[in-house]
Parts: sequence; C-alpha cells; structure tokens
Amino acid sequence: MDLNFLSSILFATIVAGTPLIIVGLGELVTEKAGVLNLGAEGIMSVGAVAAFAVAHGTHSPGLGILAGMVAGMLMSLLFAVSALTLMANQVASGLALSIFGVGLAAFIGKPFESVALASVPPVSIPLLNRIPLLGHALFEQQGLVYFSWALLGGVSWFLYRTKAGLVLRAVGEGPVSAHSIGYGVVAIRYQAVLFGGAMAGIGGAFLSVFYTPMWVEGMVAGRGWIAIALVVFATWRPLRVMVGAYLFGGCMIAQMFVQGSGVKINVPSQFLSALPYLATILVLVAISRNRNTIRLHSPASLGQSFLPDA
Amino acid sequence: MDIRKIALTLVSGAVLLAAPTKIGFVYVSPVGDAGWTFQHDQGRKEMEKALAGQVTSQVVENVPEGADAERVIREMANSGCKAVFTTSFGYMNPTLKVAPSFPDVEFYHATGYKTAKNVGIYNARFYEGRYLCGVVAGKMTKTHVAGYVAAFPIPEVMMGIDAFTQGMRSVDPSAKVRVIWVNSWFDPGKEREAALTLISNGADMVTHHTDSTAVVQACEEQHAAKGVWSFSYHSDMAKYGPTSQLTGTTHVWGEFYTKTIKDVIAGKHTPVNVWGGFKEGMIKLAPMNKAVPADVQKMVAGLEKQIVAGKFHPFQGPIIAQDGSTKVAKGAVMSDKDIDAINYYVQGVDSPEPKQ
Repeated sequence: MDLNFLSSILFATIVAGTPLIIVGLGELVTEKAGVLNLGAEGIMSVGAVAAFAVAHGTHSPGLGILAGMVAGMLMSLLFAVSALTLMANQVASGLALSIFGVGLAAFIGKPFESVALASVPPVSIPLLNRIPLLGHALFEQQGLVYFSWALLGGVSWFLYRTKAGLVLRAVGEGPVSAHSIGYGVVAIRYQAVLFGGAMAGIGGAFLSVFYTPMWVEGMVAGRGWIAIALVVFATWRPLRVMVGAYLFGGCMIAQMFVQGSGVKINVPSQFLSALPYLATILVLVAISRNRNTIRLHSPASLGQSFLPDA
Repeated sequence: MDIRKIALTLVSGAVLLAAPTKIGFVYVSPVGDAGWTFQHDQGRKEMEKALAGQVTSQVVENVPEGADAERVIREMANSGCKAVFTTSFGYMNPTLKVAPSFPDVEFYHATGYKTAKNVGIYNARFYEGRYLCGVVAGKMTKTHVAGYVAAFPIPEVMMGIDAFTQGMRSVDPSAKVRVIWVNSWFDPGKEREAALTLISNGADMVTHHTDSTAVVQACEEQHAAKGVWSFSYHSDMAKYGPTSQLTGTTHVWGEFYTKTIKDVIAGKHTPVNVWGGFKEGMIKLAPMNKAVPADVQKMVAGLEKQIVAGKFHPFQGPIIAQDGSTKVAKGAVMSDKDIDAINYYVQGVDSPEPKQ
C-alpha cells in the first residue's frame, strides 16, 4: 500500500468527520447546560439550504456559512422559546423541530434544486502541506476543517478553563443551586442552545456548500442524529467527540476503499456499511466505560425543564 | 386549472362532452431536478401536453412505501381518478390491495411483477442503455478500470452492472469494473466518497445506480486532475458534469403514459405488461459528449439500431459469470425471466459478489 493511498484515505476521513465534529461540539455545549436538543437534523437541513441559497446568490462561500449559522440560530431559537420559556418537553420539542426543519428546508429549497454551485477550492497551509503522508490530508483542506479543530480547542478551553464555562456546567448539573446563587439559568441555557444551533447551521453549510456543492431534499441524510449520538457515546467530552467523528468517518471511508480496491474479501457489503456505527459505539463505550467518569461528565439535569421561582 | 383550455376544446366542437379524465400519480420521493421520480414527472407532463384538454393529472409526491401508500392510492381512486400510476417497487402490494375495491379504475404499477384484473405493470430495459455506456467506457478508458457506485444488491442493480461490464469488455477485453455498494438509494455525501474512492483506486470511467447527482459532480471536479469521465443514470446530468459526462442512460415515460391514457379515455380495458427499451422509446441515451470520437458515436448508434431491430441483445451469449461458469452459451440469448432475476457478477467485475 503506497503513501498516496493512505493519504487519500486520511483526507477523506477528515472531510467526512468534520460536519459531525462541528455539530457534535455545538450539541455538547447545549447538553452541558442541561438542555437536550434533538433538533440537529432539522437545524442542519435549514442551515444547509440557507447557506446554499446565499452562497449561490452572492458567490461567496463565506457569506453562505454566515447564513447557515444565522438560520441555525433562528431555528434553535424556536426550540429555546418552546422548551425553555414555555416549558414544553425538551425531547418532544426537539423531535418536532427536527421534523419541521427537514420539511421547511425542502419547502424553501424547491427553487434551488436545479442549481449547480461551483466547488470551493481548498485552503492550503504553506510548508505544512509538504509534510509527507500527513501534509495533503491535514493541511490542504477546506477552511471549515481548520475551524473544527479550533472549535475543539475553543470549546474545551471554555468549558474547563473559564468561569463562564464553569457556570454553564453548573447550570447543567444543578440548575436550582445555580439559580439560588444568582445565575440566570434560563438566560445561560438560551445562549447554549443558540450556540448549538449556530454550529448545527454551520455543519449544514459545510454539507451543501463545501462537501457536495448542491441542494437536494434529504441531503443531510441522518448526520444530525449521528452527531447527537456521538455526544452521548463520547460521555460529553469534547476530544472524544472528535475521536468518535473521525473513527466514524474513517470506518466509512476504509470500508469503501476495501470494496473499491478489488481485494477479495468474504464479507457482505451490508455489514461493511454497518461497520462505522458498530466500531464507533464499541470504541467509545470501551474507552468511556468507567461509571464514575460517566457520572462526572454527564450533565445531571439533562432534559429537565427548569422553572425559576418568583 | 386550465379552464380556458377545456372551454376551448368544447367550443371547438370537440365531441368530448365529458369532463377531462382524471389521472393520479404516486411518487416515492420529491420530484426534484433529476432522478427516478423526476423522469416520471417529465413523462406525466409530456402526457398532459399531448392530451391537453382531455386529461388532468393529480400528483402526490414523497409517499412512503407501505400503509401510507395504500391510503394515498385509495384516496386517489376515491376522488374520481380513472387511472392511477404507482411508480415505485414497494407500492406493489398496496396497489393490489386497493385495486379490487375499484373495478372501474385502471392501476399501473412500475417495476413490479404482480398483476390483477385491473392492475398492469410496466418497466424499462435500462440494461440496454447500460451496455452502450459500457461500450463508450471501453473505448475511452486509459486505465482499463471503471468504477460503479451502486445502491443495493438487487437484480435491477446487478443487471446494470453486468450489462455495463459486458459492454465495456466487448471493446476492451482487459477492462475491469469495480463496484462500491453504499447501501442507500440517496446519500450525496456517501455517493461522492464512493466515487472519489473508486477514482483514487484507478477508475477513469465512473457511473452510478443511486439517485443523486453527487457522482457526476465529483467526477467533474476530478476531471482536470485525473482525466475522469462519468455516465449518468435516470436523468441527463450534463448540467452537473458539463465537461466530464460522456453520456448516460435516461428514462423516458412520456410516450408510454400518453399511449396508455389514450386507451383509458377510449374506454379500452387493456391491462398492460410492458417491459420496453430503446425500441419502445422508454429509455434513451443522454446526448454524447463532444469528447467521444465520431467513430465511437457511430458504433454506438449502430448498436442501438441493432438492439431496436432485435438483431443484437446485451445479454447474448457467451455470458460467463465471475466464478467462470457459463451462464449463457454462445449463440443463445438470456431469457427475460433470467435477466429479471440476475444475481451474479459477470467476468470482468473486479469486486467480490455481494451476499444475497
């Protein structure tokens, strides 16, 4: 197996994992504040169509990302109002948002179905892209790939190294206590939900503007749900979300390379297609099986409504 | 509603005193801009145009196969449709369930195999187009490797892979076809990755049996760097691969719909069992790319004529399976029944056969 071959597997793995990382980290922050937003699939769809429309209209992928982000925030605002202000059940509101978002995106997207968008050239980082094997895979990627790495650093730093992050985690652990010492639980949760929505919107934008530059109904194809599942299996730890996302992407790409290489193996392709899901769950469960760390990292008030008294 | 058109028909002294005949169409996915359902909808529009004033049609799209389908089909028959077209394989049993309650309504089910008194079936011989695409691929390839992005290992898909391979090897006996199963009809991301994987494994001719335009688009991106060409399926996708799409197998339902509805309007009770190809005009090749040399274009056009005339068949012997066994002897032609149930790779497919 030559280096080129490995390099292209690695390259494709990173591309496939990127939307999952961005959406997963957004969801992680939301859940750390104690809010379970199951609407990622719908938010991603709306983000994808908004980003596509704007990128197509303005010829600027950057504005497309921005549009995806804003659309994602608006969608998550809907969820926040119903789940945080109106105290609706979070699971039900999230599911509703998911279904609504997929449908809304299809509706808005009708006129864009027949439109082709030019693909965006990758951003290479000089010098680093000359590293053998890793250079092409790591440093000749789309800008959003670098963003996903920065996001990992930013989210980890924020959650574990800043006061605001501590407060956010406190709100997720014990909203009553946080409230009693004077923190605005609902306001903080609003911000966390909006952040999650923004990231899901950007994840959608990555799909429709950079990954497969097109808009078609159903193009998110379950990635929102995978991102949510990743957060849980990664036991709410940012680095593990990234590990899980690359593992998932890597297995998907590797099984395709096995199928496409002409190597004779005696395994049904259906099993190969299921492999990314199996491998990701097994590995993440294996590395996070310690009960104490699970208890330590999972937000205690996840999914529960909080009504501030008085 | 085209009230004006109807009025015109009446005023112009047409003998048609009756109201326009209502026709129903059930689609499995959104119409979109390309793909399976899009082609059916093009056919419906063509039929409406050809029979302007005599028909109106009603569409329900994105109907899941199963209980929902039965409800939609029943509702259509109830609302006065004289004919209902159900355009996905999974509508077979729902259609058969509804049909007996509406003996005056004609039902037509695409790609199925069960018929009834008022249920006809229709399908197209897509493999004829696949074979010709394979011939073009064999003439154009430099690496002697083609890539095939496939959805699910069912006969309909296997048939296409085998026909493409037979076609390619008829002009390039050393050619190999590699297959990646994505186990999904529609997932642009996966389809794209599969295409890129095939390309980095040496394929310079890529086609697909999935529903999105992602494969054609991925080939367009890689065309300049790697000399990759694509063949579209379902629809002409040249818009997504203006320089790199060589041709494609497209579905054409308009003529069939027009003819069938004419019979329905005339009150002829003709349950159909149509499996049409180039001859019946139910499939067509997408316009050839200028990059295809004139002699190849001529050769393909000649083959198409021979298929129409019944002098040539893509599945004529010798057909040798991947494992070396002879499936069709020299001089014989595979029967329709065997084509419809094909579940093995022919020689030249360089991937392990899927488990069934």
